[in-house]
Amino acid sequence: MKKIEAIIKPFKLDAVKDILNEIGIQGMTVSEVKGYGRQKGHKEIYRGAEYIVDFIPKVKIEIFLASDRVSQVVKEICRVAYTGKVGDGKIFILPVEDSIRIRTGEKGADAL
Amino acid sequence: MINAGDTSFMLISSALVMFMTPGLALFYGGMVRHKNILSTLVQSFICLGIVSIIWICYGYSMAFGPDIGSFIGNLDWAFLNGVSLSPGPYADSIPHLLFCCFQLMFAIITPALITGAFAERMKFSAFLLFTVLWTTLVYLPVCHWVWGGGWIGKMGALDFAGGTVIHINSGTAALVCALMIGKRKGWRKEPFMPHNLSLTVLGAGILWFGWFGFNAGSALSAGETASLAFMNTQLAAGSAAVSWIISEWILHGKPTTLGAASGAVAGLVAITPPAGFVGPVSSVIIGLLAGVICYLAISLKNRFNYDDALDVVAVHGIGGLWGALATGLFASAAMNPGGANGLFFGNPKLLGFQFIGALATILFSAVVTAIILKGIDLTVGLRITDEDEVQGLDLSQHSEVGFSL
Repeated sequence: MKKIEAIIKPFKLDAVKDILNEIGIQGMTVSEVKGYGRQKGHKEIYRGAEYIVDFIPKVKIEIFLASDRVSQVVKEICRVAYTGKVGDGKIFILPVEDSIRIRTGEKGADAL
Repeated sequence: MINAGDTSFMLISSALVMFMTPGLALFYGGMVRHKNILSTLVQSFICLGIVSIIWICYGYSMAFGPDIGSFIGNLDWAFLNGVSLSPGPYADSIPHLLFCCFQLMFAIITPALITGAFAERMKFSAFLLFTVLWTTLVYLPVCHWVWGGGWIGKMGALDFAGGTVIHINSGTAALVCALMIGKRKGWRKEPFMPHNLSLTVLGAGILWFGWFGFNAGSALSAGETASLAFMNTQLAAGSAAVSWIISEWILHGKPTTLGAASGAVAGLVAITPPAGFVGPVSSVIIGLLAGVICYLAISLKNRFNYDDALDVVAVHGIGGLWGALATGLFASAAMNPGGANGLFFGNPKLLGFQFIGALATILFSAVVTAIILKGIDLTVGLRITDEDEVQGLDLSQHSEVGFSL
């Protein structure tokens, strides 16, 4: 089992959600996050004073899935979240030890 | 003799000027961080109470009562003794009490203007004490000098609606406050960005609306001069909003909403002293220059390293100074026979009077404000603790929050 953490541009969330539904990914957790990578922040101006805002809004999607589905999901996220401009985001893949569905007590891939 | 038209106009004008103070509260409230919005709002709002009480006890009498040595009014009119519903000495077609009421609204907004300088860091108790002392020891004398039969008015200086009394006076006090109370924690290290500029634009709109009462009402009758002041108010405010955003567009690459709102207020400040003495074309010039001058003046605080949180010095102090001097340049007796000609209409003396009036106000306001602040600092203390400042004044001073998000 793996966990995919994808940090994407907020306006791409719907497209990513739709494609994951289409390929049968059952669930995801989404959070509004702030951060920066190579895109860096943006500038705001108030009465002539310029402020550099380091952290810009992004959306983080967390998905738990069976290991054999990872490459397909990564490929699809990369495809739909792509704009070609700096700041499109990143995908991280983490190993997961186990999962448990609270209602039934199912474990492992059955609990996903 | 009481005139119903003048009286109704002055009742409405008084109400319009009253509305400026809650408008100012919103203008300022939107510019602070969200943890300080209520403390900023209440500092303006509570002036409506504090100054009203001062005004009837002794304020009106000291500002407008029988003159002592061209410096201050005596206490003959304390508790509004003799301030009746018949016409008074300042306006012959409205009740004396109504003139007193109209002037009260000016006295309320002036200390409220200063709060922008020490926003986000002053103790509420110290603020209350400051408002009482400053109104008594600074506002009342300066008001008397200019309008109450004191020496600046007698000299021949013109101040139609309070450029010297209100804006230069509060702007100077703001500078002293910013210097003496010190910078906000984290100034120039972390960004102090406005938390809700929508409130600021709404507040600027209310100020602009109320300013028609402020300026046109200062004619004290519903006639030619009120109409002139009304039109001039609109022209200068609009022109300054335009010139401010053009300035920042050129110098910083973007025209901003805060710039448009600030520019309008700068234009309103600048047109306050000449509103009833200059023609409409002069007003546009005064407004256009006000936008540029006040915008450039904002950079002073970085150069001289003081934290005037909401730019009271640049907008009110410098804007008021420009307006007072512009009166000396653009005033025309053809527009208002009760006024005088300025430099551009062949009378250089008026500019001199304007300069002396402004300079005396700056010196007096600076010295007395400094003494008041020192006294408060030594007794109740001016400033909240670092911990309270980081937590925000809304919670630490008032135990409430403006937004539950």
